[in-house]
Amino acid sequence: MIDRRTFCKNTLLIAGGLALPLSALELFDPKRLLAEKDQKGARWVFLVDTRKCVGCGFCVKGCKVENEVPYDANVTRTWVERYLVTSDGKTHIDSPKGARDGFPRKEIEIGHGKLEEIRDEDIEKAFFVPKLCNQCDNPPCVQVCPVGATYQTEDGVVLVDRSWCIGCGYCIMGCPYGVRFFHPVHHVADKCNFCYHRISKGMQTACVDSCAFGARRIGNLRDPEDPVTKVIMTERVNVLKEEYGTKPQVFYLGLSKEVK
Amino acid sequence: MKNHVWRPLYVVLAVVALVLLARKVLVPADFGVGPRGYMYGWHRPSNEQQWKEVKVKYRTASFCMECHRDKYDEMKESPHRNINCENCHGAALNHPDDPRYLTIDRSRELCARCHTRLPYPTSSRGVMKGVDPKTHHVGLDCVTCHWPHDPRKEGHQR
Repeated sequence: MIDRRTFCKNTLLIAGGLALPLSALELFDPKRLLAEKDQKGARWVFLVDTRKCVGCGFCVKGCKVENEVPYDANVTRTWVERYLVTSDGKTHIDSPKGARDGFPRKEIEIGHGKLEEIRDEDIEKAFFVPKLCNQCDNPPCVQVCPVGATYQTEDGVVLVDRSWCIGCGYCIMGCPYGVRFFHPVHHVADKCNFCYHRISKGMQTACVDSCAFGARRIGNLRDPEDPVTKVIMTERVNVLKEEYGTKPQVFYLGLSKEVK
Repeated sequence: MKNHVWRPLYVVLAVVALVLLARKVLVPADFGVGPRGYMYGWHRPSNEQQWKEVKVKYRTASFCMECHRDKYDEMKESPHRNINCENCHGAALNHPDDPRYLTIDRSRELCARCHTRLPYPTSSRGVMKGVDPKTHHVGLDCVTCHWPHDPRKEGHQR
């Protein structure tokens, strides 16, 4: 038989115990706390000014050579798209060979080697949009990797471990921006990594260095004095496919609604 | 209990032991959760170093300037000042040791990247000086008449 005193004691104990949140029992990892508190390292971000891009494609050429992406294979880590909006409201988009050789023709490529001619007087607006990996804060390509071969570094760059990738292609399907591809030589997933070997040496990416028009810039978002950070913080920048919740870190100036 | 009840358990234990052993042998020792947590940071940290060690091919104009100061200074005064040397001269790599000579791209196609006339009203391409490569002195290299380091000067006969 339980007496009243024990009953009350036990009731309070159980109620109190239930009220205790699970997180109160968590053991703190001092290293993790430190990392969360004081993020001194870089957070690499990219800034693309579509108003400055002329579609020369030197960035694509530079990227392919620098990162040993097979030059004649139809794969590339970065590419430039051409948008032509005509007065009938249609949008024509092409990117011949990813604009590796620029846009040598006025005609728009519509696939299967066919070209579509567009009269100059029909063009309402026309512009070029460089694309590359968005190094998302919530990278879906990393989430879907079944073996831990792709991951995000502390400075925000998503990398692929070539010796660990099994080539299943989930990440290629998972990227909403289509920046990943299957490397024809290494037979693994490949993608833009902001020229990790260059930015970690204090250099700029190959595409930024080869752009003569200042359309591409790379910066560190954790440095408030960085000119790129200042532009992102103070000017009207946009990102691609924000509705996917991937938190892309490539910011665009002068983006038009036709660009997806 | 009877032996035939326990026997499957031994098999299961053996399989588990085998898997654990294989994991120990096959998975790199440093494989683990990085600072980005399980979802985004589950990886082999030594791979970051491998990516950092990729060879730099484009050495930028400041590298070229060390020996070719005259060319660098000429370029900096010209309307082409923002074009990197290696865009046309090719990646420097370990030049002058390897390669001894760079392969210069003097093709029409190279100039046409920017100077093919595309009359685009809302792009800065529309205001660039351009020609129609199909009609503009077909068969001649642009550098015959235009000096690429400073397009205001006349070209050179090679």
